[in-house]
Amino acid sequence: MDIYLLEAIINGILLGGVLALLALGLNLIFGVIDVVWIAYTDLVMCGMYVVYWLYVGFGWPLLLACAAAIAGVAALGVLVHVLIIAPILGSAPINQLLATGGLLFFLQSFATLLFGTDFRNLGIRLPIIELGEIYISTARLLAFSIALIGASALYFFLKSTFIGTAIRAIAQDRDIIGLMGVDQRRIYLVTSAIGGALAGLASCLLVLQYDVHPFIGNTFGPLIFMICVLGGLGDMIGGFVAAFIISQIISIVGYYSNTELAYVLAFAFFIALMFVRPRGIFVR
Amino acid sequence: MNARSAALLAGLAILLCVPYFTPPYLLHLLIQALIWAFIYTAWSMMGRFGFVSLGHGAFMGVGAYAPALLWNYYDVTPWAGIPLGVLLSALLAVVIGYPCFRFRVVGHYFALVTLALSQVVMLSVVAARDITGGSLGFTPRAVGHSWYALQFPEKSYFYVIALVLWLGGLAVWRWIDRGIGREALDAIAEDEEAASAIGIDVMREKLRVTVISAALTALGGAIYGQYFMYLNPETVSGISVSLQIVFAAIVGGMYDLFGPTAGALVTISLNEGLRVGFGTHFIGAANTIYGILLILCIIFMPRGIVGTLRKMHMPRAPTKAVPAE
Repeated sequence: MDIYLLEAIINGILLGGVLALLALGLNLIFGVIDVVWIAYTDLVMCGMYVVYWLYVGFGWPLLLACAAAIAGVAALGVLVHVLIIAPILGSAPINQLLATGGLLFFLQSFATLLFGTDFRNLGIRLPIIELGEIYISTARLLAFSIALIGASALYFFLKSTFIGTAIRAIAQDRDIIGLMGVDQRRIYLVTSAIGGALAGLASCLLVLQYDVHPFIGNTFGPLIFMICVLGGLGDMIGGFVAAFIISQIISIVGYYSNTELAYVLAFAFFIALMFVRPRGIFVR
Repeated sequence: MNARSAALLAGLAILLCVPYFTPPYLLHLLIQALIWAFIYTAWSMMGRFGFVSLGHGAFMGVGAYAPALLWNYYDVTPWAGIPLGVLLSALLAVVIGYPCFRFRVVGHYFALVTLALSQVVMLSVVAARDITGGSLGFTPRAVGHSWYALQFPEKSYFYVIALVLWLGGLAVWRWIDRGIGREALDAIAEDEEAASAIGIDVMREKLRVTVISAALTALGGAIYGQYFMYLNPETVSGISVSLQIVFAAIVGGMYDLFGPTAGALVTISLNEGLRVGFGTHFIGAANTIYGILLILCIIFMPRGIVGTLRKMHMPRAPTKAVPAE
C-alpha cells in the first residue's frame, strides 16, 4: 500500500477524534434539551482565545491555561442556556436554533472587535514522531488520545452517576422525567455545562494544531453539524462513528486532490446519505 | 379603492424620482437595500411557512456566478446567462428539495441539510479557483455602458432595475398569498400529516414554493453581481450569507409583505451608521450589535419589527400561531 496514503488514513483517524468529541457535545445538548447550538464551534473559538491569551499574554503554564479555558467555556455554556435558550424553551425549536445563530454573529464579531482578524498561534512546536517512513504529528496524536479519554469519561459519567442516569432518561422521555422527582431545569444546566466543557476541551486540543482567528468556528461548524445529522441528531454513538467516516473522506480525498474538493465531496456524500437514511446512518 | 391606487401610483412616482435628488452615496445604499430586500423577500416566501432554509447562499451563489462566468469565458450575454443561472438554481432546489420533502426532512434537519448545501456551493467555488478565482473573488469583464452586457456605470440605471426587481418580488408574494396554494401551505405549516390526510399534495406545494424562492434568490444574486461587478464566495454563498438572509428576514418580520424590506433597511442603515460613526477603529462593532439585536428580536418579538408594529396597531387582529418546526 502507498505509504503516503497510509499516512493520510492515520491523519484522518486522528482528526476524527476531535471531531467526535465536538459531535458528542452537540449531540448531548440536542438529545437532552432538543436544541441545536449553531454557535457551538464559536464557543470553541472563545476557548482557543482564552488559552492563547493566558499562555502567551500572561505567561500562565499551558495546562493551567487549558483548565481555565475548559472552566470558562463550561460557564459560557451555562450562560448560553440561561440567557438565550431558557427564555424561549417553549417556542418552536427552529427559533432556538436561530437565536444561537445570533450568538454566532455576536461571538465572531466581538472576537474581531477585541482581537482583530490576525491569525495567532501559541508558538509551541511539538515533535513529530517517525514510524518508518510515516510521520505523525504529536499534537494530533495527543489530541486524539485526550479526545478519546474525554469521550470515555463522559460515557462513564452518564452510565454510573445519578445525574448521568437522569440525563439519559430525559433524553428518552422529556415529559415523564418530572414525575420521577428530577429537577428538569437543573439537568438542563448541567448538560449545558458539560456541553460547554467538551467544547472547551476541544479548544485546548485544536489550539495546538491550528491558528486562532475569529472565524475559525466556520471551518469546523458545518462539518460538526453534518456529522451529527449523519449519525442521527442526539445519537451519541452514531455521531462518534460518523465523525470517523467524514474525517476519512476528507483526508483520503484531500490526499488525492485538494482540501476544498475533499470538503465538497464530504458534504455531497452527506446530502446523498440523507436521502437513503434521513434519520441517521444507524436508524432503521 | 381609487384613492388607494392613486396613493400607490404617487408612491411609485416618488420612488422613480429618487435618483434625481439623492446624492450617489445614498443612491448606492438604496440600490443595495432594494436588492437585499428582494432576496430577503424571496427567502421569506418559504420561511413564513416554517421551511427554514439555511441554504439560500447556495442559490444566490449559483445565480451570481453562472452569468458572470459565462460572460467572461464564452461572451454569453447576461440576458441569457441570468435565466440560465436561475434555471440551474431552481434545478438545485428540486435536487435538494424533492428528497427532503419525500423523506419528511423538516425543522432542524432541513436547516442543517440546506446549510450543508450552501457550504458545498461555496467550497466548490473556492476549489475551482483556476476558473472562479477562488477566495480572491471574480470580476466580470467590464465594457462600460452597455445594454447587451447589462452594465451601467451610472447608478440611476441600477436603481430602476433594483426597484423593478423589488416590486416584482412583492408581486410574487401577493400572488402566492392570493393563490389556492396559500391555504394549503398554511395547513402544511400547521400540521403536515393532517394536511396530507385531507388531500393536500404536500410534496407539490412545498416543492413549488421552494423552487420559486430559490429562483428569485438566484435572480437577486445575479443582479447583485451585475451591480457590484465583483463576486466573492464568502459574500454571495456559504454559511455567513445564508445566515444573514435568514436573520434580516426575521428581524424585519417574515410574515408580512414589507417585513423583509424593513429587515434590509434596518440592517443596512445599522451597518452604515456604525461604520460611519465608529470609522474603521471598531471592525466588527456593527455585527456585534447586530448579533445582540437578533437574539433579543427572536426572544422578545419573533414576528419581527413589522409584525410587532402591526400587532400593536390592530390588537384584536387574529393572531396566527408561530409556525411549528
